[in-house]
Amino acid sequence: MHAALSIRGLTKVYDNSFHALKGIDLEVPQGDFFALLGPNGAGKSTTLGVVSSLVRKTAGEVSIYGIDVDRDFARARYYLGVVPQEFNFNQFEKVEDIVLTQAGYYGIPRRQAEERAHQLLEDLGLWDKRHDAARMLSGGMKRRLMIARALIHRPKLLILDEPTAGVDIELRRSMWEYMKRINEQEGTTIILTTHYLEEAESLCRNIAIINHGEIVHNTSMRELLGQLSRETFVLDLASPVAQCPVIEGFDVERLDDSQLTLSVDKGQRINDAFARLSEQNIEVVSMRNRANRLEELFVRMVEGSNGTQGQQGGIR
Amino acid sequence: MNARQKLVALWTIVRSEIRRFMRIWPQTLLPPSITMTMYFIIFGNLIGSRIGQMDGVDYMDYIVPGLIMMSVITNSYSNVASSFFGSKFQRSVEEMIISPMPNWLVLSGFVIGGAARGLAVGIIVTAVSLFFTDLQIQHPILTILVVIMTAVLFSIGGFINALLGKKFDDISIVPIFVLTPLTYLGGVFYSIHTLPEFWQNVSLINPILYMVNTFRYGILGVSDINVGAAVGAIAVFIVIFFSAAIWLLRRGKGLRS
Repeated sequence: MHAALSIRGLTKVYDNSFHALKGIDLEVPQGDFFALLGPNGAGKSTTLGVVSSLVRKTAGEVSIYGIDVDRDFARARYYLGVVPQEFNFNQFEKVEDIVLTQAGYYGIPRRQAEERAHQLLEDLGLWDKRHDAARMLSGGMKRRLMIARALIHRPKLLILDEPTAGVDIELRRSMWEYMKRINEQEGTTIILTTHYLEEAESLCRNIAIINHGEIVHNTSMRELLGQLSRETFVLDLASPVAQCPVIEGFDVERLDDSQLTLSVDKGQRINDAFARLSEQNIEVVSMRNRANRLEELFVRMVEGSNGTQGQQGGIR
Repeated sequence: MNARQKLVALWTIVRSEIRRFMRIWPQTLLPPSITMTMYFIIFGNLIGSRIGQMDGVDYMDYIVPGLIMMSVITNSYSNVASSFFGSKFQRSVEEMIISPMPNWLVLSGFVIGGAARGLAVGIIVTAVSLFFTDLQIQHPILTILVVIMTAVLFSIGGFINALLGKKFDDISIVPIFVLTPLTYLGGVFYSIHTLPEFWQNVSLINPILYMVNTFRYGILGVSDINVGAAVGAIAVFIVIFFSAAIWLLRRGKGLRS
């Protein structure tokens, strides 16, 4: 079975001699929910730009469901739906017209596309806005409009380039549910880039991390998270503590009167730490990860590939 | 894409383009009718009555074909230039680039849309002219052929301008500094036979002269140039411009980084 997306030796050198991609290889299996992560300027959008033909590659091969994009570009594009990072629709067009016009570009007659457009606009909460000009929509609605537009021709591979940027948390979660649904129920392969690492961790099964135009890690989310050798939790206490408790074998820090941080190494049992705290009459009412697990790993890997510390500006 | 799908895609672009210029008719269809009415009143009625005849016809009748052609040229050109550059500026052109449509189809869609506006304005100006003169078309087929060919040629020109343009200024430079002077000097208001021999020869390198005169021949039956050669030259220009636009699209000029 062909991969949904196969990239071999992809190189991109811009006119100003900037090497955006340095011969990357990437394979995304059919039906996958795949995260492509990296700091700003790492090469994510250039990679996706080449796949969607908005960027000309310098060298390498790209195939979508086994179809080489250079040899049979028209057929390859039927398989592909793209939701770009920036709004790229005619702001003066009506919502419904934007979706139906896109269907026309794929040779789908307007009458035939209307039913599908209706369904998509309903599902994405835009049906009531169908007669409004796109410029009248909120930022979140515009993002959903681009998703509806990208899905109108039923693509098998959907590229989402930061689809939830600037979207409030409630809407973001409803968009996650929708993306999960089309991945699980319709079998659409999804490639996601995002700066919300919680989003990638919760949605994606496989992941590639790109930095300085090179893939620095490419594995399953489970395996990647398994590499986390230490996790740090924030513990909320039932009553205040005057000084930091000592628990043998664990690193504990007192954040304030009623909060501690507890670092647990791989192989250690968190229950042992709780037992020691109980012995000291310290009751924990709740706990949470101090940072997103993927975020911790991501920062470490990117720092490793940078060879320096603290160069991840812009990662939330 | 099969033939039916291509037809649907082509119609989608043409439909969008026609709807665009119809939606903003006060900016697209109304101004030329007002401007040309002024030309007819001032140059045709007031000044024309003192000029008398040009190449054996009344001056008002003489300038009508030129003014119709001037409207067709500027509107075909500016429609595609502004629409395609606008879609580049808003990045909605990316919708087309990532679709399976071949380059020639995208180009044809915009060109048909531009020609449609040029011809719509041409019809409006012709209708306005009927208030000032009794228009008798001598060679209807040639008239229709040359006006369509001209609209197509300048629509392609507008497309190339939009492809190469990087800012809005770039799409107004050609119409203001190239098209307008060439049109005014292309025999809209005078016969080149009224010029000294040197300037007659200079005028012959102006391509718009051939379009205006062929169109005038179609309507009035008088022309400064060889009509058959002019139609051939327009056809050759269309092929050259179309090929250049396809070449630029294939290279992704102004569209792909």
